[in-house]
Amino acid sequence: MSRNPLIREVPPTSWYFRHPRYLRYMSREITSIFIGAYCVLLVVGLQRLSAGPAAWEGFLAALKSPASVVFQFLCLVAAVYHAATWFNATQKAMPIQIGEDFVPGNLISGAHYAAWAVLSVVVLFVAGVF
Amino acid sequence: METITTDVAIIGAGGAGLRAAIALAETDPTLRIALISKVYPMRSHTCAAEGGAAGVIKPDDSFDMHFDDTVGGGDWLSDQDCVEYFIHEAPKELLQLEHWGCPWNREADGSVAVRPFGGMKKKRTWFAADKSGFHILHTLFQTSLQFPSITRYDEYYALDLLVDDGRCQGVTAMEMRSGELRQIHAKAVIVAGGGAGRMFPFSTNGAIKTGDGMAMAYRAGAPLKDMEFVQYHPTGLPNTGSLLTEACRGEGGILVNKHGRRYLADYGMGPETPVGQPQLKTMELGPRDRVSQAYWHELQKGNTVTTQWGECVLLDMRHLGEKKINERLPLVRELAEAYLGVDIVKDAVPIRPVVHYMMGGISTNTAAATPLPGLFAAGECACVSLNGANRLGSNSLVELLVFGRRAALSAIEHIQGLPAGNAVALNAQAEKTQQRIGDLLSRTDGTESMSGLRKEMMDTMEKNVGIYRTEEGLQEGVSKIHELRQRYQRVILTDKSSVFNTDLFQVLELGSMLDCAEAVTVGALARKESRGAHQRLDYVERDDKNFLCHTMVHHQGLDVPRVDYLDVVITKSPPGVRDYSGDHK
Amino acid sequence: MKERLVQLEVLRYNPDTDTEAHFQRYEVMCQEEWVVLDALNKIKADIDPTLNYRWSCHMAVCGSCGMMINGEPKLSCHAFLRAYEGVIRVEPLAHFPVERDLVTAPDDFMEKLKRVKPYIIPKEKKPISEGEYKQTPAQLMKFRQYSMCINCMLCYAACPEYGLTPDFIGPAALTLAHRYNQDSRDGGRKERQEVVATHEGVWECTFVGACSEVCPAHVDPASALQQMKITSSIDWIVEHLIPGGKS
Ligand SMILES: Cc1cc2nc3c(=O)[nH]c(=O)nc-3n(C[C@H](O)[C@H](O)[C@H](O)COP(=O)(O)OP(=O)(O)OC[C@H]3O[C@@H](n4cnc5c(N)ncnc54)[C@H](O)[C@@H]3O)c2cc1C
Ligand code: SF4
Ligand code: FES
Repeated sequence: MSRNPLIREVPPTSWYFRHPRYLRYMSREITSIFIGAYCVLLVVGLQRLSAGPAAWEGFLAALKSPASVVFQFLCLVAAVYHAATWFNATQKAMPIQIGEDFVPGNLISGAHYAAWAVLSVVVLFVAGVF
Repeated sequence: METITTDVAIIGAGGAGLRAAIALAETDPTLRIALISKVYPMRSHTCAAEGGAAGVIKPDDSFDMHFDDTVGGGDWLSDQDCVEYFIHEAPKELLQLEHWGCPWNREADGSVAVRPFGGMKKKRTWFAADKSGFHILHTLFQTSLQFPSITRYDEYYALDLLVDDGRCQGVTAMEMRSGELRQIHAKAVIVAGGGAGRMFPFSTNGAIKTGDGMAMAYRAGAPLKDMEFVQYHPTGLPNTGSLLTEACRGEGGILVNKHGRRYLADYGMGPETPVGQPQLKTMELGPRDRVSQAYWHELQKGNTVTTQWGECVLLDMRHLGEKKINERLPLVRELAEAYLGVDIVKDAVPIRPVVHYMMGGISTNTAAATPLPGLFAAGECACVSLNGANRLGSNSLVELLVFGRRAALSAIEHIQGLPAGNAVALNAQAEKTQQRIGDLLSRTDGTESMSGLRKEMMDTMEKNVGIYRTEEGLQEGVSKIHELRQRYQRVILTDKSSVFNTDLFQVLELGSMLDCAEAVTVGALARKESRGAHQRLDYVERDDKNFLCHTMVHHQGLDVPRVDYLDVVITKSPPGVRDYSGDHK
Repeated sequence: MKERLVQLEVLRYNPDTDTEAHFQRYEVMCQEEWVVLDALNKIKADIDPTLNYRWSCHMAVCGSCGMMINGEPKLSCHAFLRAYEGVIRVEPLAHFPVERDLVTAPDDFMEKLKRVKPYIIPKEKKPISEGEYKQTPAQLMKFRQYSMCINCMLCYAACPEYGLTPDFIGPAALTLAHRYNQDSRDGGRKERQEVVATHEGVWECTFVGACSEVCPAHVDPASALQQMKITSSIDWIVEHLIPGGKS
């Protein structure tokens, strides 16, 4: 008698429930939807701006509606989470070797966080928050 | 039964088998090469070797010194023409591996680094951290992937050699995933099936080291040589038998008994050397046979430490410091931590000697040829008489390379102008294997359980053919193993199915181990002297008058095998005293 | 020595007789410090000789004994019983066809390994008589970690991409390509890119990171793949966006 191997199929739509690490991965992927949506929002804003001051004012008002605030808050959380996963990943994607040793991963990720913080302050400064 | 026709068949895809395959493919790309292995090549036990591989490379070293260390280490049972050939080929082979990408450790200037090893007068052991065998095996395997003429038969279990017209012309093998038998017709066969340490209960050897290659050649008429020389490695983990490499001591680890005394000083390997400054060829860097034997004496004196895993001595590496341990001995740290719960940075590890290596094997000459024409052998399954009565650590990995390649060259020479074999006669032989397996699968009147027989064999080997041996114990061992071989004829096979039937393979492996075990016991009983790893309490001296010769054991079916002897080749080093008392005059 | 009764639930499948797999429950007395493999060995010796699985070294270096243990890819010789409570569920490695019981067919992996050309393609050839290629400890460290792969395929069993898209060359094979690319003696990167920088290659990887979490040899394949994505992207930029930058 010869072979008759058993194929154990991977469930194509529910595989990520098999392990918490897959859920973590999926939640990271889902954050991109929010980031994408926020990009659309920005594009719409640009379009409004080019349509004249009245359109722009209307847009700004719409942004302040409770639904919009909730949406923007969700986008912020998603963006922060996504950015954090990215920064944590940098140590894997960009290891730095000095002589024989590698720079500790935390230092590489840490440097990214630091740069992020500095840039955020600059942006807020330019935006006139301070 | 399907027939596969090839030029050269290699049985075993460990270090020796792979090296042979590459040498064949490189030398003559038109050759058809069949590489047969019961496991995927990278599972072969070469992967477990930790310490390293010896070859003269540094300016302060010389071929003569490597020669003297090997011959003296082997207690003058090595064939000196073989040693001579080996030491000169060794560096070339190690460099070849370097060119193939082996990640050898390096000196700051980029040259290859070497480390000290037991019984070696100079630092000459090339190493890749403490995963040297692993890297050698993977380098060879990956390199072999570029040669289209190598056809691999992974997970094919080789059964019997096909011999016709007085020469070896192939092998039968079972495809493990289908249970189908194949006959492989070849003009030459190279056996590289590895060692047989699994006939002992406590061993560093993986499950696959069951001596199939040795037994196959032995049954086909090639004698087994010097099988009574079984190496105990001094430092095994007491529960799993996992090896803590000799490099532990090479890097400066020390052995102490329960009183904290470095007891090796009491057994001709002293005086003590300063802690953390290992000196070559003395104290902890004495040869394995002596260091393991010292444990036995400590045990008799009640100087060992009692642990839940039995009587142990302690290997202390704490003074090496965490950095050096992580850089040079990462695997050791991991093994001791995982399997024993001991962190070697903080504590001394309990260890005891463990069966490690077979000096004996299929009798071959320096050309890796067995007395049976067409049959070549290399690696641990062969006894080319490099290691004599005691192998020096780190000579074996190089032996795989040197004699793996040599077997390939000899095979090529052998097949030149060879007439085609008689397919009908070979087929008739293959049918016999078919019959044998068929009988096993259809037997209904079996009475002996496989695991029961295996346990009795292991217990017998441990009790009667251990570090120290006696006439009485060996007599008992010989008759017990002989009895087990008879009872094996009635072994029960529980699993009759065709696909990946490991019950069947374990039964077959047991058959191989029993054949090897008989050669070990019979050889040990007949050798009435103490030499290297063969130590007798009733004949405590080396006897060069009567036993400066190789034991040759010939298979006689179910009867007790026949023993005769072959002279040792001595070219320039007459038997002398093994001195491991260090440089301090 | 402390002993403990361990219950294992093992996936059984015999193609000769079964059309589907089922779980079989075993109870076996084990020593405290044993691993799952020891328990299986005891079952095979004393209870059920028909149970099939692979193993050899019992020291986590031969890569034979990968299995799913409570849903996690593990080397059974390195899965300590002390880490588990209750019934331990043992299944064959995920994402590979099951030949029988815990034995899977690694053919696909073996094929992929070969495709990435995991051997030195020398930058400059030289004869053995000229000695070794110099390589500093720093140059060695650049690839050493990636040369530690024991081919156990746990990362393939953990990788959902491989499970869903079997064409994916996968973590271990790609990492080996990286290992040779990073070796100072090697000049074969361009050849390997034909396999590596493709949709079946690194671009199939979405950086789940599971491979690195399960790797018993600390190879960190996820890291290797991300590095290869970066260098492949740079290749692309040089080739397409920089005038005269054809590599
Ligand atoms: C833990 C350990 C550490 C060691 N450390 C060192 C060291 O530091 N330095 C050193 O020099 N030496 C060392 N040794 C010794 C050395 O590693 C071995 O002697 C050597 O690797 C054996 O290689 P081999 O090619 O002969 O056999 P293996 O690598 O054991 O390969 C045997 C091959 O034969 C195949 N085979 C067997 N039976 C069959 C069959 N019936 N059908 C088909 N195929 C079959 C197997 O599948 C396998 O491919 C060590 C050994 C051990 C166990
Ligand atoms: S990368 Fe790690 S998990 Fe994957 S095969 Fe290699 S050793 Fe196993
Ligand atoms: S038995 Fe070798 S890795 Fe587990």
